[in-house]
Amino acid sequence: MTGLAAHHKMLMLFAGVGALLVVASAIGWALARRVATPEGRATIDNLNARIRAWWVMIAIFAVGFLLGPAATLILFALTSFYTLREFVSLTPTRAADVPPIAASFYLFLPLQYWLIWTEWYGLFAILIPVYAFLLLPSLAALTGDVQDFLLRVARLQWGLMLTVYCVSHAPALLTLDIPGYLDQRFFLLFFLIAVVQMSDVLQYVFGKLFGRRKVAPVVSPSKTWEGLIGGGLSATALGAALWWMTPFTPLQAAGMAFVIVAMGFLGGLSLSAIKRSMGAKDWGTMVKGHGGVLDRMDSVCFAAPVFFHLTRFFFTP
Amino acid sequence: MIDLLLIGATRFLVGGAPHWVGCEPTRRQRIYFANHGSHLDTLLIWAALPAPLRGRTHPVAAADYWGGEGVMGRIARDTLKAVLVNRAGGAEAGDPLAPLRDMLAKGESLIIFPEGTRTTERLPGPFKSGLYRLALDFPQVELIPVYLENPGRAFPKGALIPVPIACAVRFGAPLALGAQEDKAAFLARARAAVSELAP
Repeated sequence: MTGLAAHHKMLMLFAGVGALLVVASAIGWALARRVATPEGRATIDNLNARIRAWWVMIAIFAVGFLLGPAATLILFALTSFYTLREFVSLTPTRAADVPPIAASFYLFLPLQYWLIWTEWYGLFAILIPVYAFLLLPSLAALTGDVQDFLLRVARLQWGLMLTVYCVSHAPALLTLDIPGYLDQRFFLLFFLIAVVQMSDVLQYVFGKLFGRRKVAPVVSPSKTWEGLIGGGLSATALGAALWWMTPFTPLQAAGMAFVIVAMGFLGGLSLSAIKRSMGAKDWGTMVKGHGGVLDRMDSVCFAAPVFFHLTRFFFTP
Repeated sequence: MIDLLLIGATRFLVGGAPHWVGCEPTRRQRIYFANHGSHLDTLLIWAALPAPLRGRTHPVAAADYWGGEGVMGRIARDTLKAVLVNRAGGAEAGDPLAPLRDMLAKGESLIIFPEGTRTTERLPGPFKSGLYRLALDFPQVELIPVYLENPGRAFPKGALIPVPIACAVRFGAPLALGAQEDKAAFLARARAAVSELAP
């Protein structure tokens, strides 16, 4: 199957995902007609809102594929923009933070994506960890406001690292020079997003069906061991089943999927802890049924850089 | 065209979703009064109104900032259809409320910031008396408290450019001037009505 042309594979993929969503929508519709208790109705409404948001996301993905890498980069840059906006909006800021915030949005965010476009890997990898790390506190210090200085600078750096640096590693997969795979790099991105999101959905479903023991009740009350193990292993298996679209063998695909699932879980947990330390339940209200955009991207934040570097280390010359 | 660009840019940068907490958007003549922390405030309330109401609702803006011939002046005059007031005052300036009364007499609605100047606090400071005098002279006009969340963080006093921090516009329940209510009591009540809308 690895011999299939790229657009042929893509057609199969969208047909597969489309069929999956049709089944999910039908189940959601049937459940909504059967459920009687108000508590059950709330769960089903939540499920159906998630499924609807899924349709929108897959449509956006299709547009990105059809219009090419530039469109995909712009879509991810917009995602970084909105998630950074959600992060900064929820974080307490002072007037003196405006210059470093402006530099984050108007300088580092576009620059990071431009570096992917020009495939300048060396600067892409250090722009934010080195240059933003040093410039942001400098800009804040120049204003002379020292109240909560370290806290304010650290929060902004966390936001920029997560929403711009980490997220940008997903579209950066399109720049990896894997021999014999140059026209199919879009599938690496698809593989990453598909495994992360299937893992999220399956953990939610397994947790609702069998969840008893909570992993971290204070941080994230909805995460259970049953959901994590059941959903995580199913997502790993589904990831392995997608090996034909990747440069990996089935076993390698399973290993990669496992790492993505594990990192995604840790990302969800860490961002939940950050969110709760700021006294909020959702990052925003942008996506119906999904809270904010960052609520959907939290797993990608942690999974994308690790998947990118593992693939780069083992599969590029 | 300019108005759509302006609204698009506002939504993209700072959001500004309207929350009709205590009233609905209607064609009734109204004075919207809000806390003031940023030059984005005028734009945010104006953009939060449904299109049919936008054309008949005029922000009240300071002539010294919005009255020039530059881009800001053009936007204020041609797009926002602002009413310019002279903050300097003085005997020769006459009644600073006169242009506002003219607008209300024509049946148009107004957006005003009773603090008179931008503040850095989350909750509004003391109100100036203009709101009371307008309420006294135009009892048929509905007074709507509005709380603006975050514009003072997105574009604080002294900042060169606005940054993307999500803002919200919360419209409260109409307020009426009591029959025997004196100026200080009414202004304190109006200020509290805005503060209560803060999340």
